[in-house]
Amino acid sequence: MQSIRKIRVLIAKPGLDSHDRGAKVVARALRDAGMEVIYTGLRQTPEQIVETALQEDVDVIGLSILSGAHKTLFPRIMELLKEKGLTDIMVFAGGIIPEEDVPELKKLGIKEVFGPGTPTDKIIKFVLENLPHRT
Amino acid sequence: MTKIEEILQGILTGNKRSIAKAITLIENATAESKKLIAKIYPHTGKAHIIGITGPSGSGKSTLIEKIVREYRQNGKKVGVIAVDPTSPFTGGAFLGDRIRMQELSTDAEVFIRSMATRNYPGGIARATKDAVKVLDASGKDVIIVETVGAGQSEVEIIKVADSVVVMHAPGLGDEIQAIKAGLMEIADIFVVNKADRENADKAVIDIQSILQLNNKKNAWKPPILKTVALTGEGVPKLIEKLEEHKQFLRKEKEHKKSLLKAEAELVEAIKEQTARAVIEELKRRGKFEELLQKILKRETDPVSAAEKLLEESFRKV
Repeated sequence: MQSIRKIRVLIAKPGLDSHDRGAKVVARALRDAGMEVIYTGLRQTPEQIVETALQEDVDVIGLSILSGAHKTLFPRIMELLKEKGLTDIMVFAGGIIPEEDVPELKKLGIKEVFGPGTPTDKIIKFVLENLPHRT
Repeated sequence: MTKIEEILQGILTGNKRSIAKAITLIENATAESKKLIAKIYPHTGKAHIIGITGPSGSGKSTLIEKIVREYRQNGKKVGVIAVDPTSPFTGGAFLGDRIRMQELSTDAEVFIRSMATRNYPGGIARATKDAVKVLDASGKDVIIVETVGAGQSEVEIIKVADSVVVMHAPGLGDEIQAIKAGLMEIADIFVVNKADRENADKAVIDIQSILQLNNKKNAWKPPILKTVALTGEGVPKLIEKLEEHKQFLRKEKEHKKSLLKAEAELVEAIKEQTARAVIEELKRRGKFEELLQKILKRETDPVSAAEKLLEESFRKV
């Protein structure tokens, strides 16, 4: 039996908005790039997202948000990841996030923020190039 | 302490991170995973393993969420492995079973893992049975395995589960579908879900009439239950029957099922290891590549080639 390592990605939607077209498009693109994508559905709390990442042992988390609550929810998610010792997971975000908020989010440890209209190829390339080395 | 030793200790104390890491090792079929399985094996055999199978759209994920809640109310610790298909073209998978189980994520005594089939046939993944062992060793009382949406031949679940629940829903197929072999034969319990829809009774009668044709005299008669997964209606009754079946398996002392499971696992392990050893040996002797070329040129066929190879290489042994 050959050893095969698959990239596992969690696509999560924190907060209260209910538009998940973008999240689904990204999930689909990553799936078609050969990754195993776990999608959890709408209205997830930071606790649920981090617990799911832990149980599913994902390499990458993609957060999609359109409600404007990223400045409250993202810090909480990053804090919980640290608490659980999951700092080796790479986190990226997408959705409606104002340009001026991006540096602050990156300071929290979010690797990249993608706006509307980003080609999915760019996201796939980004994930592959920034895959964390996990043991 | 070695990495494996550390993960083992974590599993035995119910540490979720260790459980998650162990399942990843098993899924990726690393050399370490075999050592780990050997180490956890003595700690397994305590959990009640329940397989849930049935066609896509019959309500498996939704029902499982309600089953887990019911078991949690009875104070049981629960593990879930939810299997979804891998794309045969890209190798990727979309694992969406957690959508119906969102709120269970943060329960300290529940562990849910989504698993892609990675093109293993039969409705589960190659890693499923060993992942079940990890959850078993971690102290879960009940482990639920959700198969991919199954049609007629996805019956691998009987090699993993103690109790198999086969789900149906009205409007998914007629009596002729139900008479086919496969899924119908592996059920310990039948569930007709979406029982609030019309034709639910018709589905029950269809299954009943098939079971009546069965002339084998088994000690366990599979009950046919009705549920509405969305509201949880019928779930307590289902748990009751699952408990009865568990008691039946223990009391019967026939342990036919455990024997069957152990045999299937042993046979599979032998097949896998001998096949690998033989192929490696043939490659080492350089015969493999030579015959491969002949097959491509249609000078021989794969079955004759395999026969010839084995005869030449192993007759002397």
